[in-house]
Amino acid sequence: MSEPLLEIRDLNMHFPLKQGVFQKTTNYVKAVNGVSFTLNKGETLGIVGESGCGKSTLARTIVGLLKPTSGDILFEGESILQYHSKELHQLRRDVQMVYQDPYTSLNPRMRAGDIIAAPLKAYNQRDHLRKRVLELMELVGLKADDYKKLPHQFSGGQRQRIGIARALALNPKLIILDEPVSALDVSVQAQVINLLEDLQEELGLTYLFIAHDLSVIRHISDRVGVMYLGKMMEMSDSESLYKNARHPYTNALLSAIPLPYPLKEKKRERIVLKGELPSPSNPPSGCVFHTRCPFATEFCKGNVPTLDENNEADHYVSCFYPMENKQEEFIRQ
Amino acid sequence: MLEVKNLKAHIDTTDGVVRAVDGVSFTIKPGETVGIVGESGSGKSVLAHSIMQLNPKPPTFYPQGEIIFEGKDLLQLQDKELRKIRGKEIAMIFQDPMSSLNPVFKIGDQLMEAILTHHHLPKSKAKQRAIELLTDVGIPDPEKRMNAYPHQFSGGMRQRVLIAIALACNPKILIADEPTTALDVTIQAQILELMKNIQEKYGTAIIIISHDLGVIAQMAEKVLVMYSGRIVEKGDVEDIFYRTSMPYTWSLLRSLPRIDSESRNRLLNIEGHPPNLIHPPSGCNFHPRCPFASEQCKMVDPELTKRSPEHYVACILSEMEFKEAKKRMENVEREGDLNHV
Repeated sequence: MSEPLLEIRDLNMHFPLKQGVFQKTTNYVKAVNGVSFTLNKGETLGIVGESGCGKSTLARTIVGLLKPTSGDILFEGESILQYHSKELHQLRRDVQMVYQDPYTSLNPRMRAGDIIAAPLKAYNQRDHLRKRVLELMELVGLKADDYKKLPHQFSGGQRQRIGIARALALNPKLIILDEPVSALDVSVQAQVINLLEDLQEELGLTYLFIAHDLSVIRHISDRVGVMYLGKMMEMSDSESLYKNARHPYTNALLSAIPLPYPLKEKKRERIVLKGELPSPSNPPSGCVFHTRCPFATEFCKGNVPTLDENNEADHYVSCFYPMENKQEEFIRQ
Repeated sequence: MLEVKNLKAHIDTTDGVVRAVDGVSFTIKPGETVGIVGESGSGKSVLAHSIMQLNPKPPTFYPQGEIIFEGKDLLQLQDKELRKIRGKEIAMIFQDPMSSLNPVFKIGDQLMEAILTHHHLPKSKAKQRAIELLTDVGIPDPEKRMNAYPHQFSGGMRQRVLIAIALACNPKILIADEPTTALDVTIQAQILELMKNIQEKYGTAIIIISHDLGVIAQMAEKVLVMYSGRIVEKGDVEDIFYRTSMPYTWSLLRSLPRIDSESRNRLLNIEGHPPNLIHPPSGCNFHPRCPFASEQCKMVDPELTKRSPEHYVACILSEMEFKEAKKRMENVEREGDLNHV
């Protein structure tokens, strides 16, 4: 097996909620709650979950934009939480991020070329600056005369290409993609996904790909983790997760996706979850999913399952009663 | 029940006239669900707003077409008459449940307003009806929730309230403009389920607009595929998804990442971007991005022609030609894959 690039150990990110004149901390929003995983070199790990499940907080914590409450983040075997500003500066060269919204993540007053050149200037790589920027632009499929254009002159898909070129500028090892295609139209989404796959092959990149769309995640990921209320519910390689989802939440997510097959859609039996996402400042006791789980028992209310519960080979599931999946059989019909 | 005939909705801008909707015709029967699918900028929302006459005039104007509802042309009606139809006969659900409700009024008041605008009822009766509606759309504890403000509701709950408001007067047609785009998948499943149940209960005809082909496949009986202000393919849902005959629809389906695909098949790249509607391309609007385009496509603007009783396609390729073109392309792809290895 290839070697681990990024290791997350029991990561917690709790935001204090303050109240009153003295801003006393009354409660915590447990955005990320005891998440652990390993990301190997050259691999794509997909993190999927609904809004509010903590997937973006996880990304921000990894790039060092947030300081976690507890836990450890190891990059190439070294804990980045102990890093001082100088070392962090180096780290940011290796770990880059692409953001969700191509409309707000680019400075509207900077020219495309300058946006892509910004990270190079920040790291004092000014030799052949223009040549390097043009190289990057060609790599992501932008034309040379786009160099002088402003962000508003580009479409959503092209802007996302600028964002990707900027992330690639410093030859990073790891790129964290936070919902990179969810703001794009279907046809443009396919262009960007294909581009990301080509770049990975060409440059040997490692991706942490965050999205709420299970089909996109399946398409691009080698391994997938499913998050719910700050916790990892299920984690396995992509094939196994989609063929044999064992957590009731994963199954509910899979069955909630409308498929482009009208005949199957009519016959399909869904697990429709009742109710809404509970508040992360006051998560349910025991298994966080028990309030919406169709199979929950009394035991689930009092006991917290871990990701090591009932695991098979490389397929981890945080559930006391993992299920056998019928979803895939259904899709195959 | 509703018939849209050769409707054109153009928008005057400083740069020129945007042909947002350019000659669209379709009909909807009672109790039917029509799905409109297209990418952003394809004119699907302008079309929906035209039916309700909600596009601001000016800059929007309708150079041509008729929207016939129960014998009356909605384009010719005065504001006063339109107001009697809006909300009562034809109701609409908008995309963004966060901004469609007034934040300073209670849910109950907003719901009662919808009822009282069209019916002369005592307040107590209206309140009763409002509570009934909230129960219908599955809001627990409706009596208490009547006094809540929109910010106290989550996105899914707000969308339920909006559906309740839309249903307040038992409309004959419900237009849902991207009703679930802002919601999470599990909540989306709940809302779509709710819309189906309501249709069964009240027999409402639904026009659902979405960019998500999955949502359309699940909800619609008839589908209109829109591209740059025109319908490029229309037919029964099965025609569209299983007997796709227009290159654009086909490309859209091929560019969709599938949850069921065995290996990591490469997605189809639809090159380029949707066209500029002020200066649309010559000939077929899709030709600059079409994988099967020929020289002829640059000259001929194909009309929507009948392929089978319900299936209409706007493409110069005949069924056989399209099949062959697909086959040829798949062969090229296969060779490409081999070269890649």
